[in-house]
Amino acid sequence: MSESPAAAHEDLKKTPLHGLHVELGARMVPFAGYDMPVQYKKGVLGEHLHTREAAGLFDVSHMGQAMLVGPDHETTAAALEALCPGNFKGLGEGRQVYSLLLTDEGTIIDDLMVARPAAPEEAGRLLLVVNAACKEKDYAHIAGRLPGGVTLEPLEDRALLALQGPKAGAVMAAHAPETADMVFMDARRGTFDDIPCHFTRSGYTGEDGFEISVPADKAEDVARALLAHGEVEAIGLGARDSLRLEAGLCLYGHDIDDTTTPVDAALMWAIPKRRREEANFPGAKIILGQLETGAEKRRVGILPDGKAPAREGAEIHSAGGEKIGVVTSGSFGPSVGGPVAMGYVRKSERAPDTELVLMVRGKERPARIAPLPFVAQRYHRGSK
Amino acid sequence: MSDIRFTKDHEWVLLDGDTATIGITDYAQEQLGDVVFVELPEVGKSIEQGDEAAVVESVKAASEVYAPISGEVVEVNEDLEAEPAKVNADAMGEGWFVKLKITDEDELEGLMDEDAYAKYVKELD
Repeated sequence: MSESPAAAHEDLKKTPLHGLHVELGARMVPFAGYDMPVQYKKGVLGEHLHTREAAGLFDVSHMGQAMLVGPDHETTAAALEALCPGNFKGLGEGRQVYSLLLTDEGTIIDDLMVARPAAPEEAGRLLLVVNAACKEKDYAHIAGRLPGGVTLEPLEDRALLALQGPKAGAVMAAHAPETADMVFMDARRGTFDDIPCHFTRSGYTGEDGFEISVPADKAEDVARALLAHGEVEAIGLGARDSLRLEAGLCLYGHDIDDTTTPVDAALMWAIPKRRREEANFPGAKIILGQLETGAEKRRVGILPDGKAPAREGAEIHSAGGEKIGVVTSGSFGPSVGGPVAMGYVRKSERAPDTELVLMVRGKERPARIAPLPFVAQRYHRGSK
Repeated sequence: MSDIRFTKDHEWVLLDGDTATIGITDYAQEQLGDVVFVELPEVGKSIEQGDEAAVVESVKAASEVYAPISGEVVEVNEDLEAEPAKVNADAMGEGWFVKLKITDEDELEGLMDEDAYAKYVKELD
């Protein structure tokens, strides 16, 4: 059997929970310069299914957390609106939004979460969470384009944990009373067993869940307290990937990158009406032009007809045998019970149920375009 | 000692007359994780020692299974289509992949016996 080469684990960075992962018997692999758990004893399949049934705990401390700081909300929001096509001026206190860092050509530098603190004392601050593999690049890009009076402060001494799954709410409520009435995309400070934390009700699985920003020296206490619950299992990066893929969520560097625009990537919902009308974000002309004429390619969900997974890089052919695109993410979906994929196809072929042929190891594997997500999202939106 | 032999790439081969049954070892299935798909060769295909005999996929990745010995495919384990997890549950038995009709038993020389493979695996960890 072919095996992957061993990594130089000594050169890799460690999150505050590294010791805990090793103690739990995790298989550690390099990821974005960090030594990270790809799976624990349960295995990728078991960890994935557990998350959708109960609650999974993820260490995502490798991701970048940074505070954009300005004299008031309007100024800070305006500074970020010069870089991203989101509505930050109108972002409510204690709310978070998904956004995109764009180049002047309208292509994607990274995707990120932007949260406006709930407390009035924190006015003028926006909390950013960016991808681990992009954080240095993102920080340099942002810092290089800030007006006087607005600064970017990376939060180097904080860990980030994610608790995801239908039981996450009940588990969190036992430790963090402020989380009990949060709905999807709320953001607020609170305490977890008296430890000051910042919570958002969001995640990367399609399930209800929370992301917990905690001081690095308290991260293990929070993690152990959560793992003490029978419903909570430690989940590795392997299952994180299969969960997000089933949820139809993009992974930067694979489904989106600096060759894709938000139109290509079917992410126009991240560009609200006001920003489109004002056309005052990087690459606006190109992006709005694409909306008129239609982008050449389009991100779609793909369901192979058989059981063979199609992986990133697999060529997509039309039913007639023409090369029309490429798979950008592909795996086995444990909740779907079969292979799932995302990729880009020529715009004329993007309708759901369009028949495709995927080239997998030289074999033609029939597939079809399918709507995303593959598994219904179960965000907690409350009963408002 | 049984006639089972092992390769450095963690395939096993068990000879019965001129039929060789091939699979991956318990160590290999554990390294792979949950098997979700197995791609088996066509019956009748000729495979040389060291060529790709099958592909085994976990959630994360696909791995090649190499033929420890040359031969013609006479049977494949069709149960693995519906139940790829058999490779994890019983890699050394019900998780077998392929049966070959071999021509040269001498190709097995140079492969490890059970003790040698056990030693080899110990040194890997």
